[in-house]
Amino acid sequence: MGKALFDKIWDSHVITDLGNGFILMHIDRLLLHDMSGGKAMKEAIEKGYDPVQPRLIYATPDHTMSTKPGRTEKTHPPGEPLIKSMRETTGKYGIKLFDLGQDGNGIVHVMGPEQGLTLPGTTLVCGDSHTSTHGGMGALAYGIGASELVHVIATQTMVQRKPKRFRVSFDGKLQPGVTSKDMILHLIGDVGTAAGTGFAVEYAGSAVRALPVEARLTLCNLTIEMGARTGMVAPDDTTYEYLHGRDYAPKDAMWDRAVAYWRTLPTDPDAEFDREHTIDMAKVAPQITWGTSPEHVIAVDRAIPDPAMAGDKRAAWEAALQYQGLEPGKPIEGTKVDWVFIGSCTNSRITDIRAAAEIVKGRHKAEHVTAWVVPGSERIKKQAESEGLDRVFLDAGFEWREPGCSMCLASNGERVPPGKRSVSTSNRNFVGRQGPGARTHLASPAMAAAAAIKGAIADVRKF
Amino acid sequence: MDKFTKVTGVAAPLMRQNVDTDLIIRIERLVDNVGREGLGPYAFEQIRFKPDGSENPDCVFNQEPYRNSPIILSRENFGCGSSREGAVWALKGMGIKAVIAPYFGDIFNNNCFQNGILPVPLPIEDVEQLADEMKASPGNARVTVDLENCVVISPTGRTIPFKVDARRQHAMLNGLDDIAQTKANQDKIEAWQAADKSARPWVWL
Ligand code: SF4
Repeated sequence: MGKALFDKIWDSHVITDLGNGFILMHIDRLLLHDMSGGKAMKEAIEKGYDPVQPRLIYATPDHTMSTKPGRTEKTHPPGEPLIKSMRETTGKYGIKLFDLGQDGNGIVHVMGPEQGLTLPGTTLVCGDSHTSTHGGMGALAYGIGASELVHVIATQTMVQRKPKRFRVSFDGKLQPGVTSKDMILHLIGDVGTAAGTGFAVEYAGSAVRALPVEARLTLCNLTIEMGARTGMVAPDDTTYEYLHGRDYAPKDAMWDRAVAYWRTLPTDPDAEFDREHTIDMAKVAPQITWGTSPEHVIAVDRAIPDPAMAGDKRAAWEAALQYQGLEPGKPIEGTKVDWVFIGSCTNSRITDIRAAAEIVKGRHKAEHVTAWVVPGSERIKKQAESEGLDRVFLDAGFEWREPGCSMCLASNGERVPPGKRSVSTSNRNFVGRQGPGARTHLASPAMAAAAAIKGAIADVRKF
Repeated sequence: MDKFTKVTGVAAPLMRQNVDTDLIIRIERLVDNVGREGLGPYAFEQIRFKPDGSENPDCVFNQEPYRNSPIILSRENFGCGSSREGAVWALKGMGIKAVIAPYFGDIFNNNCFQNGILPVPLPIEDVEQLADEMKASPGNARVTVDLENCVVISPTGRTIPFKVDARRQHAMLNGLDDIAQTKANQDKIEAWQAADKSARPWVWL
């Protein structure tokens, strides 16, 4: 029987079988950020565990600093000690840190692929649940907790139990206004936030093959929101074109050798999966979430759903509508919006920013809306500026900010005020995620841009 | 790591689905340098306290006899969302030893085992019945979670078996440290790395 992409990477990283279904797995890349990474380094050092493979570890601050234009680590004082301690601990062992303002700095899940650190067929971990993003490059990437981080620093390995395999096939062509963000939101709405628990997900099908790498990263980013720690797309020529020439990608003869190896990785035709799910893209319209879980999602031209239809989820739906201040049965389109956030490791790459700019160009945001664009990295910021996209946003009344996580999680003083409604390109609409009392609707960058212009939830297909 | 063998006590029914780790601990608390030990007072703060800082009487953790419960009962997908281990430290800080729910967020589940908190998977019918039995006899009802025998004993004395990985059970019962166990395999790790350096040299920067 053939093997799946997942099994090929898994099997090639088993150092030893620990029994009872557990293995010791080699970790090829460890990425650190300022919330979990600096602390884990400190803890490891305090416990007497020096990093054993500092050259396989890369760090970037992204979570705890302000993204205000001209910011430093002092602009949001609570984050300063975390950033400083990250500098100290990485500096001590010669671990590469992409510091604030430097080329390479950015949101950790933007930085890895952008720098060519995330490679097909590798295992990669980070103390952050959206590490699944890197699976878009054909890597096996896991989010891990603080204790596991210390374990990786100390041993460059992880104790792992093999998950089951789940293949999701997206077939057909994307309809106008539909992006990979809509694909994954639709999927989560279809199967629920727990469908992936205990599974490794592979995204396949003609619609996935046609996606550029950045869109694949978005797809894999939200995998954790369906309960799976890891999601992946098989590498192909699109992947290799994206990677070629990036700073840390292999070069010359080594490149050819690597590509030859990567070509052996895609899932064999006769590989078997424990679960399969298929989505026909002809039926998927632009999506928007209405509630407080990513599974609370509908097509933008639909009515807000009625909890009476929710079965055993009725109480959760009622609570979500109450928190969000919405009435069932009403169209979601036209719901007044106060804030728009375009950014986060889901949707802050150059293609996302271009898609938003295309909607914004020649228009102006609604008077009552505060709209932010937060590029995912220094490099993306510079690229966008060289294309004049910052001007497009500034002329339309948006703020153009420094790279970072910003309003995705409100750990840096940047929040949606209580009771205010936000359309956000990030990945979590949990209660209080964007600030206590904040009401979040997740959508694609173009949909978010359209909401800023209209001052209300809008259908991007009408632009 | 802390050992876990058995706990008996009041079980607090927090009967909602998808209790995410943002709800268990707000991210700002992990930025403020409170440390692992100091997070208990902030656990579930969004539901435990009103915006003015006073206690929310509707929250189960503010009600007797659940105030100091060592066990939480909850619905599907407890601990989903962010990987923050601070969620587990916060639970520990409020005195929680075990959480009983149909299933858990994968990363949260791992984090629990790293900190001596036991996630106990039971079918929703059993969790609901435990909650009912708790409410039927407030003040007297107790639940026991026994890791050695892998059973939960309900307030009325029903014995409900649960499953746990043998490796994790052994580590919890004996308070074993993962890193020390892994270090015992150092030779194998080095041999693997040496072979990989010639097979996939491009990985080794
Ligand atoms: S952008 Fe948001 S989801 Fe992504 S790493 Fe930062 S905080 Fe996490």
